[in-house]
Amino acid sequence: MSVAQGVNYLNEDKSLKSWLFTLDHKRIGVMYLFGVMTMFLLGGIFAILIRLELLAPGPDLMTADTYNQMFTLHGAIMIFLFIIPAIPAALGNFVLPLMIGAKDVAFPRLNLASWYVYLLGAGFALFSMLAGAADTGWTFYTPYSTTTSTSVISMTMAAFILGFSSIFTGVNFIATIHKLRAPGMTWFKMPLMIWALYATAVIQILATPVLGITLVLLVLEKAFGIGIFDPAMGGDPVLFQHFFWFYSHPAVYIMVLPGMGIISELIATFSKKKIFGYKLIAYSSVAIALISFLVWGHHMFTSGQSELAAMVFSFLTFFVGIPSGVKMFNWLATMYKGRISFEAPMLWALSFMFLFAIGGFTGIMLGAISLDIHFHDTYFVVAHFHYVMMGGTVVAFFGGLHYWWPKIWGRMYNETLAKISVILVFIGFNMTFFTQFILGSQGMPRRYFNYLDQYQPLHAFSSYGSWVLGLGFIIMAFYLIHSLFRGKKAPDNPWGALTLEWQTSSPPSHHNFDEIPDLDHDPYDYDKLMVVDDKLIRKNGQSEKKETTVN
Amino acid sequence: MDPNGTLFFPEQGSTIASEVDLLFHFVLYLSIFFFILVTGGSFYFAWRFRKKGEDQFTPNISHNTSLEIFWTVIPTILVFIIFIWGFKTYLKMNVTPANSMEVNVTAQKWFWTFGYKEGATTTNELVVPVNKSVKLLMSSQDVIHSFFVPAFRVKMDVLPNRYTSLWFEATKTGEFDLFCTEYCGKGHSEMIGKVKVLSDAEFASWLASSSGPSDLPPAEYGKELYKSKACFTCHSIDGTPSVGPTFKGVFGRTEELTDGSSITVDENYIRHSILEPQSQVVKGFQPVMPTYQGVLNSQQIDALIAFLKTVK
Ligand code: HEC
Ligand SMILES: [Cu+2]
Repeated sequence: MSVAQGVNYLNEDKSLKSWLFTLDHKRIGVMYLFGVMTMFLLGGIFAILIRLELLAPGPDLMTADTYNQMFTLHGAIMIFLFIIPAIPAALGNFVLPLMIGAKDVAFPRLNLASWYVYLLGAGFALFSMLAGAADTGWTFYTPYSTTTSTSVISMTMAAFILGFSSIFTGVNFIATIHKLRAPGMTWFKMPLMIWALYATAVIQILATPVLGITLVLLVLEKAFGIGIFDPAMGGDPVLFQHFFWFYSHPAVYIMVLPGMGIISELIATFSKKKIFGYKLIAYSSVAIALISFLVWGHHMFTSGQSELAAMVFSFLTFFVGIPSGVKMFNWLATMYKGRISFEAPMLWALSFMFLFAIGGFTGIMLGAISLDIHFHDTYFVVAHFHYVMMGGTVVAFFGGLHYWWPKIWGRMYNETLAKISVILVFIGFNMTFFTQFILGSQGMPRRYFNYLDQYQPLHAFSSYGSWVLGLGFIIMAFYLIHSLFRGKKAPDNPWGALTLEWQTSSPPSHHNFDEIPDLDHDPYDYDKLMVVDDKLIRKNGQSEKKETTVN
Repeated sequence: MDPNGTLFFPEQGSTIASEVDLLFHFVLYLSIFFFILVTGGSFYFAWRFRKKGEDQFTPNISHNTSLEIFWTVIPTILVFIIFIWGFKTYLKMNVTPANSMEVNVTAQKWFWTFGYKEGATTTNELVVPVNKSVKLLMSSQDVIHSFFVPAFRVKMDVLPNRYTSLWFEATKTGEFDLFCTEYCGKGHSEMIGKVKVLSDAEFASWLASSSGPSDLPPAEYGKELYKSKACFTCHSIDGTPSVGPTFKGVFGRTEELTDGSSITVDENYIRHSILEPQSQVVKGFQPVMPTYQGVLNSQQIDALIAFLKTVK
């Protein structure tokens, strides 16, 4: 290697200042990682407390008001502070330039700014938490949100500010993908993760401003009594729902699409197989991004919208389901005749297939209007979106985290504990949330502090599941932290993957690549190439190391 | 679980219920089929093509256009069927039969009031005859609520300043749960009630007896109203503080109001508090008590006053 051996982005300058003012996408990604993991912990604690309260009917741990604040904080933190930034801003920031062979993102200062904006948003959310947390649910529906006396304004400001951090990241990624690809990397030679991040960025840029405007209108109404949504002042409460879901439905895909990108990488790498139907997967990401703007009304089938609107929204909803289903078939076909190995990231990918399938099928049920009427605002919906958001995105995020962990830190984690953790999470997740499908279809409404006795057995089982789930994450925290300090040194390419980020050292140097990366192959050419002990082996028998050729 | 229901659904109590359940089971079995195909397939491939021995190259299978068209088109056709089916049932849910009996529904934090043309009003208990279509004309006094009866498979949001409607036809007599499903604050999970389905004859006699004056002694009738009109959700009678002041020893008590004045609780003050609760607000409480104007008649208010005098 041309630079001094052993100098990398982590150890070249260890001062705090060098971190706080860093323009290096890798360091910013790592700082985001700490941010989102802290928020995941916080949101997770709220979730466990909620499930504890619901173990039995009646007030057990907390009052109704506290409970209402808890589920609001759980939702708002998990969505705005964890899931939305988790894959793009934390993992994506780290891997995107590496995967396209660039030195950094297009606008490094904007990148750092987005992290500080994220911190500011988190600050507002924490302030709201301490100053009488909002009790509106993460959806802020009017006129409840404009009339409640809790600190709704600071929470909406938090979401507003976090929106900017998301937009900054989106702008940056689009510019980077357009302008900074390594020479020779055409659009169809990009890894699928990049397509997914690209489609995500498009939604981030187009949809987030609508949320921003909506929240500003809400604050104007609440603070200055300007009647926009409150019928008592001549406003229309349903208008808020339209505005809100115009952002928040596409936002579902801001959360899911990057997860699908990760799964494409994991399935290809651990099957050592050319991805099946590359173009179909790439196009389906873009199709999802576009159609997702036209389906918001399916959150409002019971709101009194016209039959015609309901029909159109239901129809389009099914069409956003198709590209997701197509991806599933493509991943399946990729595994066919592969050489599949079962390291922890692959186990996360397999759980994704299982859980996301259930999330998808129940989505089809909810898309049928007459079924949605029964399921709307019950635990069925709660279960459905946890299968999509957690079973889909969060599982993919952890798959990605385990996959790129050696690249990020240059260290391995304990593989056995990692397998135990993914299995516990899988079992605990299904215990917690599959139960909730039945609860919901039996009629149990969501956001209920108390419930009728007939729902008790299922609620209790769901709560037990949350403990298994929690245990899985505690084990994970343990071995990941252990790995940071004591982990075995990671090779440059522990999984034998062909995408560019594995061609540089682990962890990479400040400039990512010490020489222009090698682009004579596609990201998934496992029929021609193979990597064994960091050595690239070609099918015709030649074997070469990155710089020296050894025979 | 509901002993008369299935794994997924409570018992079917309305004409529309079986149709909804049928579509659900159609989608369910279809989903199970595809689920086994995809995840069963992925687990099978994972095992069948697991890494064995030395590393080898894998075949170059980049895509297969006809296969990809096949698995795009088949699901598209299937979801199209589901869409049509779902929409048709939805239309049936939305077109109210012409000869329906009408009931007015008022939702407010955190109870339901049902008003009948004949004069009867009930709280948290909707009484209807069996085998007759009933149309609910609903509106809210405060925030958005939502009316949901799982056994009937019907749900509709209830909005302030606007009417929404919903209809159903109960197919069996009995009691069914009624929930508020749009989050509405502190008492959201207490905003539940019952739908009582009676035979024609029972319903007729119920309606006649509930619409006329009551023949209970006033204080006892008042106690009943305290429960049935949901006063208990905000006022205790044993002294524990709640959303509103306790009724224990309320009569004759001196209250400080938010405007700084103080007042002794007498008949007129109580009457005023029930009909125009926002005009005199007790210090230390939020002005959240709903007005009972039009909900309680004067005989009922008298009964409540008589009852409050007995709570010591
Ligand atoms: C949603 C909660 C709520 C419900 C339901 C409710 N109240 Fe109240 N009530 C309050 C609150 C809060 C106050 C104190 C603020 C005020 O004076 O408006 C109050 C005050 C009163 C007072 C004055 C008490 C005093 O100590 O000065 C009376 C009398 C009263 N309510 C009667 C009733 C009756 C009778 C009913 C049932 C028909 C009822 N309330 C239902 C919330 C409620
Ligand atoms: Cu309600």
